[in-house]
Amino acid sequence: MPPDIEAVAEQVFSALADPSRRAILAALAAGGPATATDLADRLPITRQAIAKHLALLAEAGLVTAEPGERRRVRYRLRSAPMQVAQQFLAALARDWDGPLAALQDHLDNSVRTKGEHHADTGDRDS
Amino acid sequence: MGFPDRIERTMELAHPPTKVWAAITTAEGLGTWFGNKATIDLRPGGAARMSWTGGHTAEMRVERVEEPTAFGFTWRVDGLPDDDPRRTYVEFTLEPVGAGTRLTVVETGFAQLPEDIYRKSFDGNTQGWRSELGELVDYLDAA
Repeated sequence: MPPDIEAVAEQVFSALADPSRRAILAALAAGGPATATDLADRLPITRQAIAKHLALLAEAGLVTAEPGERRRVRYRLRSAPMQVAQQFLAALARDWDGPLAALQDHLDNSVRTKGEHHADTGDRDS
Repeated sequence: MGFPDRIERTMELAHPPTKVWAAITTAEGLGTWFGNKATIDLRPGGAARMSWTGGHTAEMRVERVEEPTAFGFTWRVDGLPDDDPRRTYVEFTLEPVGAGTRLTVVETGFAQLPEDIYRKSFDGNTQGWRSELGELVDYLDAA
């Protein structure tokens, strides 16, 4: 059974809707796996709040907990859910209206140019 | 939420299907209205490529050629990593309407996600980095 990609995308977007969670995910993306303490040192967020957000992110599958040095848990970003969210955004970002308007112009233009051989060549695009 | 899998547009063009067909299936046509430059090997399985002056390129694989009624190709999903195997399918269909053409574009596959690809892309990415960095550490330790 394929995972429910809508649910995955929804978890990514709700995670990203919170500025503290965005900061945590950005820090893990930029600097690699880190412990809650590392993140508290780097971010203007209390350690308690970071622990709470990390638990939520781990539950949503956006980070995974793994054993780190001195038996402290490190958190690693999971890229797969982010790729699902990118897919959602790709559909929204796909622009067919622009190219199709250009196709219409192209067809209309070439007729016009043909029909007006000795007139101007119609450089509308420039 | 509604994950959009399918994008569809229909437009009426005041030009016969043969003319529209040429605009969407030739290097000259595609390189004029769609890309800034294009190449195309117009047969199922053939490669096509468009490039833009900004440096962006799109590689397509021609899938369906039924002159002058249907033209289909697949291409990668913009925004996903280069090695991502997912592709969307784009199909243009042309219907004569009077002296003109009704052109429909359908792009599908945005919501595809077979589990094996999901697993592979997740495990592949994290383990790829983990093992590459691990190999670097081994290499440095040995030196």
